[in-house]
Order: sequence, then structure tokens, then C-alpha cells
Amino acid sequence: MGSVGSDPATRHLAPTVERSVKVLVVGAFGVGKTTLIDAVSEIPVLSTEETITTASVGVDPARAAKSTTTVAMDFGRVTVGGTTALYLFGTPGQRRFWDLWAGLADGAVGALIVVDTRRLEESFEVLDQLEEHTRMPLAVVVNEFPDSPRHSGDAVRAALDLPAGTPVVSGDLRSRADAVEALQVLVGRAVELRRAEGGAAA
Amino acid sequence: MQTDGFRDHPVRSYVLTGGRAHPTRNTLRPETLLCAVDDGRELPASAGRHERALLETCRGTLALAELAAYLHLPTSLVAVLVSDLIDAGYLAVRSGVTHDLPGLDLLEEVLDGLRRF
Repeated sequence: MGSVGSDPATRHLAPTVERSVKVLVVGAFGVGKTTLIDAVSEIPVLSTEETITTASVGVDPARAAKSTTTVAMDFGRVTVGGTTALYLFGTPGQRRFWDLWAGLADGAVGALIVVDTRRLEESFEVLDQLEEHTRMPLAVVVNEFPDSPRHSGDAVRAALDLPAGTPVVSGDLRSRADAVEALQVLVGRAVELRRAEGGAAA
Repeated sequence: MQTDGFRDHPVRSYVLTGGRAHPTRNTLRPETLLCAVDDGRELPASAGRHERALLETCRGTLALAELAAYLHLPTSLVAVLVSDLIDAGYLAVRSGVTHDLPGLDLLEEVLDGLRRF
């Protein structure tokens, strides 16, 4: 029963790391968010229990009580370039969890949306929330399950009504290479948008 | 004085932070990097069990969210404790000034790093 700090499970960052950034990994339940995080993370996936307040729906507003719900948030970390820690926060994308990730979205590089083509409709609400509340760069990664129907990027883009230019990739998210590629695509998209934004100033 | 072995819940969290729901600084994010200040100063005897565990855990660099996970406490609560420890000089923010959005140079560095995996 040592103190927490002496727990060998605590993995400190290298002393050279002095900056951090984050991406959000969003998607419906069971779509593979944690699988992707686990494939990339240099530490075992960690989890925090966050308490959020959710307004009751469909009751008399005068009597509407707010209730608190506990949501587990999984995340991982990978050190890039020796000096920067990239954090990947997995968040349920449904409307009722918006309170949780409103704060989390602040300062994020972008959101990687994990999609299961067998249950594409479950991703609509997630995308609606992102488009309604944020202007962060987006990229979609289709988690290819063995029995998933194969769709082209264009078909997925059309089905999800994604903003023009949103990259769509697919892969087996248990594979580190595929998960890293999905992250590259998202960060690449963020770079592209930022360059276009600052084009005049650059 | 401390009673171990019972689960934290919202009411207890509120008590732990001296009745405050918000940290004294608003620049802390889940990914903000923190590190204990190694100047040999001891926490005052009045410091709580969680403050001690927090400093102990943060002997090396960790993000706020990692501290919360290792301490089994909500990030929002740890942010309050961390703020106080920064104000008192026991803990330092390692990742410098938090800007609204990561700059182009940082994005390019991250992309470059990912491509080298």
C-alpha cells in the first residue's frame, strides 16, 4: 500500500517534453474510440469519471430538475517529436454529454470522428453536435469491422453530409499504423485549414 | 483524522475543495502539463491527503487529466486542488502559456512527429 506517486503504473513524461496538444476522438458508443486510443497510446489507456449535469427532457419546465450523471472518459498519450505530448481524449458524442466536452473542445487540434458503417445513423447526432457547437477541423475514420460493408470515402462523405474537404479514411483501428494514419490525416487537415486561414498574413 | 476506504461523491468533493466548484485560474485544461516544484519545501501540516498524493504523483511531468486518473478523482476537482498548489508555489505549469489554439508551427511539428512513427 505505497503512496500513489510510488506506483510503478505512473508514467511521467520525458523531461524534454514541454508542450502539449490534444485531439478529441468522438463517436457513438462501441464504435472503437478506445480501441484507436489504445493502439496509439504510449501509456495504458487511462480513465477519469467526470460528473456532468444533464437537464431532464420532457418534463414541465417549472419543475425540471437537473440531474447529475457520471461519464467515464478514456484517454491516452503519445510523445511526438521528443518535445510535445499529444493527448487523445475519447468522448461520447451525444447531445446529452455536450457539457462534458464543451470544456474539452477548447483548444483542441480537431476531432477525429470514428464511424461504423453498419450503424452510420448513430453518427448523425455526433456530427450535428460538432457542427453546431464548434468550428474545429474534422476528419472521419471508418472502423473496418470484418463484416462491415465497404464504402468509398465519397459515399461516406455524402451519407454523413460532411463539410466539403473533410478527409475520410478507413482502417482496422486495432492496428497502430492505421490509427496513426487517421491521426496524421486529422492533423494534416488542421494544418491545411490554418494555412488557408493565415494565407494573407503568411 | 482521515478516514480511508469510502468512496468520494459530489458532496465530499465539495468539502475537499473548501466549498469551491471552480479553480482560481481558468487556464488549466485537461492536457496542461504540470510538475511539482522541487525546492525542498514541505506542505503545511494542514494540507489534505489528496494534496499530498497529488504532489507525490507529480514528481515528474504529467497532464492534469493523468493526475485525475491516477488519483481516481474527477478532472474538475483536481483542477481546483492544482490551482491552489500552483498559487502556493508547490506545483508549476510545465507547458507554458496556454493559447486559445495550437499555432501552425506546433501543428506542423506534431504532423511531422506522427509521420516519423
